[in-house]
Order: sequence, then structure tokens, then C-alpha cells
Amino acid sequence: MEFIQSNMLTLILLTPAVAALLMLAFLPKDNKPAARWIAFFASLIPLALTLVVWFGFDASAPGFQYENQHVWYEAINSTYHIGIDGLSLAMVLLTTLLTPLSILASFSVEKNVKIYMALFLILETGMLGVFVSLDLLLFFLFWEIGLVPMYFLINQWGSEKGERELWGGRVVSARTYASFKFMVYTMAGSLGLLLAIQLLGISVGSYDLITLFDQWPQLTELVKIPWEVPVATVKTVAFWAFALAFAIKVPVWPFHTWLPDAHTEAPTAGSMILAGVLLKLGAYGFLRLVLPLYPEQAQAAAGVLAFLATMAIIFGAFAAFGQKDFKRLVAYSSVNHMGFVVLGIAAAAAAVHTENAEHATIALNGAVLQMFNHGLSAAGMFFLVGVIYERTHTRDLEQLGGLFPLLPVYGGILIFTSMASLGLPGLNGFVSEFLVVRGSWPIFTVYTALSMLGLLFTGAYILKGIAKTLHGPLNEAWKGKLTEMNRRELFVIAPLMVLMLWLGVSPDWLLSVINKAMMTLFG
Amino acid sequence: MLEIPYILSLIVFLPLVAGLVMLVLPSDRKKLIYRFALGTAALTFLLTILVYVGYDIQTAGYQFVEKYDWLPKLGISYSVAVDGISAPLVLLTGIVIFTGVIISQRIDDRPGQFFGFLFILATGVFGVFVAVDMFALFFFYEIAVFPMYLLIAIWGWKETREYAAMKLTLYLFIGSVIALVGGLAMYFNSGLNTFDMIALEGANFSADFQNFWFPFVFFGFAVLGGIWPFHNWSPDGHVAAPTAVSMFHAGVLMKLGAFAALRVGIMLLPIGAATHMWWIILLTLVNVVYGAYIAMVQTDLKYVIGFSSVSHMGLVVMGFATLNHDGFVGAGIQMVSHGVMTALFFAVVGMIYDQAHTRQISELGGVAKFMPFVTGAFIIGGLVSMGMPGFSGFIAEFPIFMGVWQAYPWIAIVAVISIVITASYIIRIVGAVFFGDLPKALEGHIHDVTFSEKLALGLLSLVLVGLGLFPSIMVPMVESGVDKVLALFGGA
Repeated sequence: MEFIQSNMLTLILLTPAVAALLMLAFLPKDNKPAARWIAFFASLIPLALTLVVWFGFDASAPGFQYENQHVWYEAINSTYHIGIDGLSLAMVLLTTLLTPLSILASFSVEKNVKIYMALFLILETGMLGVFVSLDLLLFFLFWEIGLVPMYFLINQWGSEKGERELWGGRVVSARTYASFKFMVYTMAGSLGLLLAIQLLGISVGSYDLITLFDQWPQLTELVKIPWEVPVATVKTVAFWAFALAFAIKVPVWPFHTWLPDAHTEAPTAGSMILAGVLLKLGAYGFLRLVLPLYPEQAQAAAGVLAFLATMAIIFGAFAAFGQKDFKRLVAYSSVNHMGFVVLGIAAAAAAVHTENAEHATIALNGAVLQMFNHGLSAAGMFFLVGVIYERTHTRDLEQLGGLFPLLPVYGGILIFTSMASLGLPGLNGFVSEFLVVRGSWPIFTVYTALSMLGLLFTGAYILKGIAKTLHGPLNEAWKGKLTEMNRRELFVIAPLMVLMLWLGVSPDWLLSVINKAMMTLFG
Repeated sequence: MLEIPYILSLIVFLPLVAGLVMLVLPSDRKKLIYRFALGTAALTFLLTILVYVGYDIQTAGYQFVEKYDWLPKLGISYSVAVDGISAPLVLLTGIVIFTGVIISQRIDDRPGQFFGFLFILATGVFGVFVAVDMFALFFFYEIAVFPMYLLIAIWGWKETREYAAMKLTLYLFIGSVIALVGGLAMYFNSGLNTFDMIALEGANFSADFQNFWFPFVFFGFAVLGGIWPFHNWSPDGHVAAPTAVSMFHAGVLMKLGAFAALRVGIMLLPIGAATHMWWIILLTLVNVVYGAYIAMVQTDLKYVIGFSSVSHMGLVVMGFATLNHDGFVGAGIQMVSHGVMTALFFAVVGMIYDQAHTRQISELGGVAKFMPFVTGAFIIGGLVSMGMPGFSGFIAEFPIFMGVWQAYPWIAIVAVISIVITASYIIRIVGAVFFGDLPKALEGHIHDVTFSEKLALGLLSLVLVGLGLFPSIMVPMVESGVDKVLALFGGA
């Protein structure tokens, strides 16, 4: 008991990976049901432990809790140091919540089930690691390691249709193209991050985040690096290296082009996690690392970020509206929604330590809540797209239509989830987008106003999605062939719907945790 | 702790004696020869583990010392010991010889001679790693090069084996002769009448002397480390060699060059090293980036791995060239990490070639379905290769880059490009060779490998992952060796 209590986060972090390794080593290959259920239960353990942590967490205490620190890579002063504050806790909860649901959603996968499930669990460890790391090197480790399972999930279990032509005329399958693009895009983005991390580590002599927060912003001289460049320049370059890596992951316009491909080709549960959690890693990077490490540089660059965020909101909405493929439509909606997260972050970056600091905190609260909310609604939307795809084997909006009478339950759920995504008051999306807009308005009035116009188009593409699937003339081919959502599928979507409604009506239980963390970090 | 007297001499000469016995065993007793080879390799591996575990990091310095006069008039002694840098390399050699013998089960052509020469080669390699006497070091160095020629020329790939064996041998002999000249210059100039390298470290050679001779000694050995533009022999040699020899060659032999360049070049001529390193690091930059690029455009799977070794060995020498703590530590780890990784790669390529009889990437595909374990192992190697955190490659490359930052920041920024290039060719190979559809021509030809082969791959993978997750199993030891090297530069 004592051991569990004092290593809570480590247990949350490592249970999925250990379960995955045990599965790989001992489970017979053809026992599909066992693989599914073991993976599902293994992912429930971190969820249960997270809930224990949630109730044991003292939101009013500043700093990090549940800390663990062990020797890891002594030669370069990097340790296994983990801990959480309100921000990390919210993200850990999101991850541990969405993973079991995604695994449940994957019960229909039939190919290499054991390996699929193991990769999913390893992916969970990778994502959780990013959220709990208090050491920059450890952060980078988990940041990169999560790419590997995701790559294989898209590459091996992704959509089997579709081809893409590369330069030189070579034709590859769409999932190969998408997974390669996902991997190389992110890795290329990480190169600058890697170099900048080394720069910080060498200059400060430690990779521990708490030391770095303390010393790096004050640094006036590069002692150990023989470089005739002013420190301010170095810091600006390092800032952009960090910002680029995270901007690609969020993704911020114009670095988003990997996302529609990856989302569209990924298996349903892969998309759920990709949109639900993986995109949050980028935003989390901004909040956890960029703002505390580079307050001045972030302030200087906030206008650029706000501009890009506005572009993401507007163009994301336009692009979503223009899609014929249902899944691509939902994919572009992520660009649109994550734009609000970045807008909130930009507003905060601009206003820290000015008279607008109060508004900045509101915007930040909104941004973090939006991360959580988008996690719920995007996972829900991708799941629902997957449900219809499994039945019709098409995502082409022109082929669908008029399905409401055939699938009333599905129709109702789709409308509910879409409304949450659209930002209907009373559901979760509204609360967070309102907070972001409310907080950003005094800081970036024009951008905020433009973003709100962008919201109009959000409404347009959501309604288009609903109209083209549920309403209009029925494609006769589907008559009598479609079955209603089954019990397992309802189990996947129900918790998400409950939370969407709950957070829409009474977001306080989550906001209070987030708010305290934001106040400590940036207040 | 179990203490075995003369353990280093045992490690060095056990393979030699066993190898000589194998040479005369009748070739038709294939099973017997294989069992004998496997037993010898296992015993050698066990001894190397004992050395590794028995090395005391707290005391550091040279341990397991043995010293006997050899030619006392000339100041030559048989003197062996290991320090923090060479102990992991001895272990590496143990791992590679063990796994290399396991996967050589299907050698049909004169197996006695094959294993005989392989073990004689191992003696040479162990000898270099443990030699404290410069003459002994050269002696073992040549022992290592000679059997290589025969192994490639007789058992190699029919298309290129004679060409590759000749090229390799000439390159390495010329290199070692040049280094030997430098070594003799040190011997005469020191006036100490000794080849003992610990004594020569204190010889206080003049700056002019060091500046003049350093390039000779360094490049003489670095040829075997695959430094650009003298790397050309290595991909040809790798490709032409039979699988176990490729594993040994890329996995261990290239480290021999880097290690000797460090031991004889950098450690005995530190001022010379400090003078010349600024341009040597530029050469290694070419190794790292251009090597990765060349690997990317190969169509033959084995050549891809061959050139990837050029790129990764470039990182080792680059780490040395920083002449600082982080760079040396990283280079020390990279030698082991790359050795295990590339042995794994060549083992996998060999397994595929044995069954598919082609190594053209375009003619392969869909292997994963038939060899899931092999695929998993190759992917682990691939992740190490692209420097994925959590695997040994990252543990090695990260400090190397940190070291380069502290010496030549711009080079760190350029060199890092190699990571993306490496990632793209690894992803391409994994996709093209292991996944996708099995080509018609290969249907029915691809089967899973045997249990013992899986054991070999599993062992190699385990080292790569273990070192990646728990760097403390090796880094402190390397660090203790590095501290001593740094002391020669007047700092710690």
C-alpha cells in the first residue's frame, strides 16, 4: 500500500507498457478475445489510479505533487523525475479516460489483434509520460516514443483503400503515405527541439525542469558553448525551435498538412487518440515548456501565434466545409478547434505581467479546458465516423444521406456530439470557447473578432456533416443493410456524452483544478 | 564475486587455441565442429561477462592487469588490462562472437576452417582491446586483419568477394603500417625504451613532435573506423562477407580502429589531437551526413546497412574529436550500441538472404508475416539507428551531440540532419522489405527462423533496449574511463 501510494504516477505510467510487453511475450497469437479483454482491463488500471490521484490531489497547493525522482542518466544530469500539477492532471485524466474507450472501440479489429492492442498500450505510456515528465530529456523521450506505435497503427491497421502518387510517379498506398508523412513531419519538427534541449541542458547543467524554469530565463551568458552570438538571439532561436516542434504537433496552420492524411488513414481508435490526446501534446508543450522557459520571447512572438491561430480557425473551418469525405471533415475540424487553444495561449503569452494578466488567466483556463473538451468531442466524432464506416464501407458524404430513419439512435448521438463540437451552449465546447474568446478579446481584439466569425463556419461545416449523413434523400443501397449501434459501441460513446453534458452545465469541478495551476504558473 | 586468475589472457587465447583445433578438425564432422564452436563462443562470452561485472567502477583505472616480459631488451612486454572504455568493448566482442556463431549454423563449406579463422580473428580483436603495450596492440591488430581476408575471399558473396577482400586488406594494411611508423616514432622519441602505453602517456612529447605525428597515427587506425574519405573499403567488405563475418566486421572490427585511434593517437599525443581536431571533425561530419544520404539511395539491403555503419561510426569519431567529457562518453557508448545494432542488422539481412536469395529491396516484401520475431528485432535495431529515445542509440548520440555543441556548435546543428535521413531510410526498408505483399517469386521460400536464431536476435535486442532504458548499466563505467582520458588533457 505504502509502495503504491508513493509510486502512484509511476504505476499509472508503466502499467500499460508492462501489460503490453507481457501480452507480447506470453499471449498466444490467435486468442483474439483474450487480447482484447486483457488490453481493456489493463487500460482501466491507470484510469482507476488516476481517479485516486484526482481525489487525493490538493488543487490549492502550488507546485507539483505526487513527485518521484530516481537516478536515470547521471552522466548528463538527467533524472527520472515525474510529478503533476493541475494542468498535467487534467491531461492525464483525459488520456486514461480515452484509452480504454478507444480500446473498446477497437474490438472490431480482426488483424493481428495482439500486436494492435500492445501498440495501443505502449502508446498510452508514451502519451502519459509527456504529461508527467519533469525532466526535459524524459519529456523528449516520451514525446518521440509515442510516434512509433502511432506510426504502425496507421501503417498497418489504417484504411486499406486509396493510393497516393509521390514525386517521380511511384504509387504507394494512402496509409503508407500518411504514416510516413506523420512520422517524418514530426521527427523533422523534433530536430530543432532536440538541439534546443541540448542547448538548455548544457547551459544550465541540468535537464530538470524545475531548475531550468528557475535558471534559463535569467541566463545572461552561454558559459559552455563557444559561440559568438548574443544570448538574446540564442534564446529567440531556441524559442522558435521549441515553438515549431509543438506547432507541428498541435497543429497550427500552416503546419497542419500531415493531420488530415494521418487522421483519414488511421484506424478509428487511432484517430480517436490522435485527435483526442496526441494533438494536446503540442499545446501542452507550449504551456508546460514554452511559456515558463521563454516568457520574453513568447511575449514578443505572441502576435504571430495569435495570427496563425486565427488562420487555423478560419481556414480549418473553410477546409472542413469543403470536404467530401466525412472523416476528413472531422479531421479539419480539429485544426479549427485547436486554433482556439493556441489563441488562448497566445493571449496569455502576450499579457503575462501586464495589466491584462487577469484576462490572460481566463484565456488560459479556456485553452486548457478546450484541450480537454476537444479531446472528448473529437474522439466522439471520430468514433461515430468509424461506426458508420464499418457499416457502409464508405466515408463519402455523397454516398450517405437520409440515414436518420434507419439509424435513429445513431442519428441522435451524432447530433448530440456534433452540437458539442459546434459549441452549443449547455454542452462543453461552448464553455471553453467562450472563456478563450472572453479572455483574448481585450488582448487581441481583431484576431478574436475574426475567430468568432470563424465560428460561423464551424456551424456551417458541422451542419453540413449532419445534413449529408442523416438527412436528405436516402441512398437506396443502404436500405435493410444497416444495423443500429450495438451495446459495445454505446458503451464507448456514453461516457463521452455524459462528460460533454456535465462539463457544459457545470464545468467547475475541472476548472477549479485547472485554474489553480494556471494561477501558480502565470498569475 | 567469482574471480578467475589470468582471465584476460584466457579470453584472448581461448579462441586462438580453439580456433587452431577447429582448423584441423575433419570437415565432414559438421555437427561436432558447430557444437565445439558454439561451446567455445559461449564460454568466451561468459568470461567477458565476468570481466564486465567484475570491473570495479569505484577504483577505475586499469584492472585485471597481467604483465610479463616479452622482449625486454626492446622494452616489449605482454601486458594486458581493461579500463572503463575497453571493458564494455570486450563484452561487446563476447556478445557478437556468441551470436555470430549461433547464426552460422548453416555454413556448409569447410566449416572447420571457417570457425577456425573466425576465432583467430576474435583473438586479435580481444587482444587489441586489452593490450596496454603498444607493440602487443599492433601485433593483435594484424592478427585481426589477416583472417578477415580469408573469411571474405573464401566464404563471401561470390560476385564481389575477391575484389572486396583485397580492397579491405590493402586499406587496412596500409593504414596500420602508417600508424606503426607513428608508433615507432613515439618509441624512439620518448627515450624510455618501452612500448608500455601507460609509461608513454607520461613521455611529454614536444608539441612539434605531436603535431607532426598525430595525423599519421590517428588516420592509420581511423581507416578501420571507417573515417571519410577512407571509408570506401567498408561497405564493400560488409556486403561481400558471410553473415557472421559481417556482424563481426561492422560490429566489432570497426570499433577496433576507433579504439586504437583513441588509445594510441589521442591518448598518447593529446597536444597533437587538440591541434588537428578542428578539421578532423569536419571529415566526420561528412561521414555522418553523407554516409546517411548514401545509405538512403542504396537498392541493396546489405549496402544500406553497410553505409549506415559509415554514418554511425562517424559519430563515434566525432565524439572523440570534441575532446570533452560528453563527447567521449557518448562515443564510448556509441561503439557498443552501434556494434550490437549492426550485428543485429547483418544477422537479419543474412536470414532473409538465406531464404530469399536476393537482397534487392525492390524484390523483397511481406516478410513480416513469416518472420514476425525477426521483423520485431529489425524494428528495434531501426529505432536504435534513428536515435529514438528509449533505445541505446539515443543514450549514445545525445551526449555526442552535447559534446559537439560545446566544441563546435555549428557542426552539431548540421549533423543532426542525419537523424531525419536515417529515419527515412529505416522507415522505407521496414515498409518495403517487411510489410506489404510477398512478391510472387518468393512464395513458399520464406519460413520462420529457428529457435536458436531467435535467441541470438533476442539477446542483441535486449542489450539495445536495456541500455536505452537503463543507461546506468554501462555509462558510469565508460565515464570512469573517460575521466582518465580527460586527465591527459589537463582537466577532468
